Amino acid sequence: MIMPDMDSLAHPQERRFNPYTENGGTILAIAGADFSVIAGDTRQSEGYSIQTRYAPKVFRLTDRAVLAVNGFAADGNMFVKKVKQRLEWYHHAHAKDMPLRAIARLIQTMLYARRFFPYYVYNILGGIEEDGTGAVYSFDPVGSYEREACRAAGAAQSLVQPFLDNQIYFKNQEAAQGTSHPSHLPLETVLSIVIDSFTSATERHIEVGDGLEIFIALSKGRTLQGMESIRGLQELTVTEDGERLFVMRRDLKKD
Amino acid sequence: MDHFPTNWGRPRNDAFDAYATYPIHQRPYNGPKDTFADGVQRTQQPIVTGTSVLAIKYKDGVMMAADNLASYGSLARFKDVQRLHQVGNYTVIGAGGDMSDFQYIQYILEELSIDEISAQDGHELGPIEIHEYMSQLMYARRSKMNPLWNSLLIGGFKDGKRFLSYVDLLGTTYSASTLATGYGAFIAQPLLRKAVEGREDVITEEEARKILEDSMRVLFYRDARSMNKFQIATISSAGVSISDSMQLETAWSFAENIRGYGAQTQ
Amino acid sequence: MFRNTYDSDNTVFSPQGRLHQVEYALEAVKQGSAAVGLRSKTHAILLALKRSTGELASYQQKMFRIDDHVGIAIAGLTSDARVLSNFMRQQAMGERMIFNRPMPVNRLVSSIADKAQVNTQEYGRRPYGVGFLVIGQDQTGPHLFEFSPSGNSYEYYAMSIGARSQSAKTYLEKHYESFADCNLEDLIRHGLHALRETLQQDKELNVNNTSVGIIGPMGQHEKPISPPGSFRILEGDKVEVYLQSMEKKEEAPAPVPAPASVPDAAPAPGSDEDVQMSG
Repeated sequence: MIMPDMDSLAHPQERRFNPYTENGGTILAIAGADFSVIAGDTRQSEGYSIQTRYAPKVFRLTDRAVLAVNGFAADGNMFVKKVKQRLEWYHHAHAKDMPLRAIARLIQTMLYARRFFPYYVYNILGGIEEDGTGAVYSFDPVGSYEREACRAAGAAQSLVQPFLDNQIYFKNQEAAQGTSHPSHLPLETVLSIVIDSFTSATERHIEVGDGLEIFIALSKGRTLQGMESIRGLQELTVTEDGERLFVMRRDLKKD
Repeated sequence: MDHFPTNWGRPRNDAFDAYATYPIHQRPYNGPKDTFADGVQRTQQPIVTGTSVLAIKYKDGVMMAADNLASYGSLARFKDVQRLHQVGNYTVIGAGGDMSDFQYIQYILEELSIDEISAQDGHELGPIEIHEYMSQLMYARRSKMNPLWNSLLIGGFKDGKRFLSYVDLLGTTYSASTLATGYGAFIAQPLLRKAVEGREDVITEEEARKILEDSMRVLFYRDARSMNKFQIATISSAGVSISDSMQLETAWSFAENIRGYGAQTQ
Repeated sequence: MFRNTYDSDNTVFSPQGRLHQVEYALEAVKQGSAAVGLRSKTHAILLALKRSTGELASYQQKMFRIDDHVGIAIAGLTSDARVLSNFMRQQAMGERMIFNRPMPVNRLVSSIADKAQVNTQEYGRRPYGVGFLVIGQDQTGPHLFEFSPSGNSYEYYAMSIGARSQSAKTYLEKHYESFADCNLEDLIRHGLHALRETLQQDKELNVNNTSVGIIGPMGQHEKPISPPGSFRILEGDKVEVYLQSMEKKEEAPAPVPAPASVPDAAPAPGSDEDVQMSG
């Protein structure tokens, strides 16, 4: 610490209340042809302090929609709460769950409504569209959004996104002679990419670690196809004969 | 967690008086000098502050500790302040940060408890409800840019379940089996985690008390804004109990054997 | 129909100390089709008779979900019911937002009773033309309440409202002591028996005109729901199994007529249709 000299005290200094902080962590979502995977670590930190080893960042909205939030935790929790209440009203009015693309637009209007005092949160929405395809929507804090095949956000975005660009979009890869890159990867491959992303981010980023939560949304009629016995898997599905939702919890390194 | 409340809710600036060694009235003036600029004065900084609060889960419930000091800058101003406060029959709330804001919070919670009791319908507020209410209150105030300058620990036991959580002036919340605010987040939290994590269902009341006392002793040795006079609250199936103030055995004789700091020359 | 000059303004007492407008509002509840509510130690349930205005029309909705832990059945003006149920939904969601708990059911009912009371006292207002049976589960177990336009609310072991509800009440009064220890299936059967009493001579309960609302652990004919035990409405084919469980109605001497103290002794033909706002 530098000792302040008396001159610096003479100058007025801006010490206004700052309503934001950063709580670290990373989130990630990948869409498949008929599934979607949404994941986040569970560490919450501020500066060099770990506040808790378990604070969820990924939330079930409906059987076919999962929202991951990252940035300022207080804003994130409040935002998720408000989205859930809007979805509850939709359910009262229409007696069904809001479709994914409508939730995406709802999130954009809710974020933009706070354009001049933003929720300091990066959102990633994953799930199943009405046509049965897996989808990922990513947002900036003031509501700009687009549908994508994959997205990483948060503290380790700069570590994970290039890895996804290479493994999902096959950037800087040449397909073998006479073949082409697949446009969608199978669930098993996607899950191992997600797990590898987080173990790697945990190694190299101090704000990532402790625990990993992976949500898996499956299109109507699709099964886990042999992955039922995978370690730490639990079904969360509520509705009958609709989309199915699973969560998988894993440990990450705690150092 | 920044251990000095004056810096909470502010952009980090390690170059400026990180340890708040200057008396408050010598602080630089913050903001415009225009007489007509603002009709209302918001809390821009805490004045009389409390330091760390510690809390752990143990076999029978939750145990919390906080000392009795309220500081005015570096002056030990009030030395018999209770910073652990009972709310309803199942909850204790412990506060660091601005003590006048904490007294206001106690007032709000008292009103709330009276409303709940006077309904006379068998419903009672437990720690989960108090936590949610406090997080909403703190977040709402930060969103009005008029925060309550505190970091709070909420511990409780109701319906056979123990509960422990943190809320601060930004509305940030979290829950864990050990929590510490202020300087305690640096000094005591590692000790608490080592002693408690994974053993929450094993630790007895005596052991829990020893863990907290040992941590409070270290804090007294290391935190210049702390005092060797503190209280411990236990919340279990037997209800809430907040102890009388107590003191710890401390030893300072080793200090004269320390070499390399201060006035010693050899 | 008009009684006297104290009819037109609900803030003026009649010389007998009555508020005629409030009493007319209670009549509107009696015009609506019947709803029955029962409670056991583990469950609270609602049963309601749906009506349609004709072959071509759909059946009027009689039950509304307020929150995971509260549901209502209505008798009277559906439009008034929608206003009140939206208010209840707001209250319940507010409680979840601020305290993260299901709103205590008695407080939810009191909140609409207070609203209804204001309408019986302030100039230029009219009372709500609808009555509710409210079931819910909170920290103190399952509950059944009645709400009425007069601003009163009461808790019950069992209750019925709406057209010819006195017949259902007679059944409930005869059997209510056994309800506390009933399982869900028996409780629903009792409810259906009570509801059947409100039917006109030539009518029967069927999958189209019967709604069942449940709070409490899932029964043996139900599939798991989330969160467990939350309010659900059974309609259509899902009530068939319960209708099958009913016992044949014994052809007893003529059903007990409603007491004639209230002036609905001679309802005009067709007057048991739901009151429509346009009508």
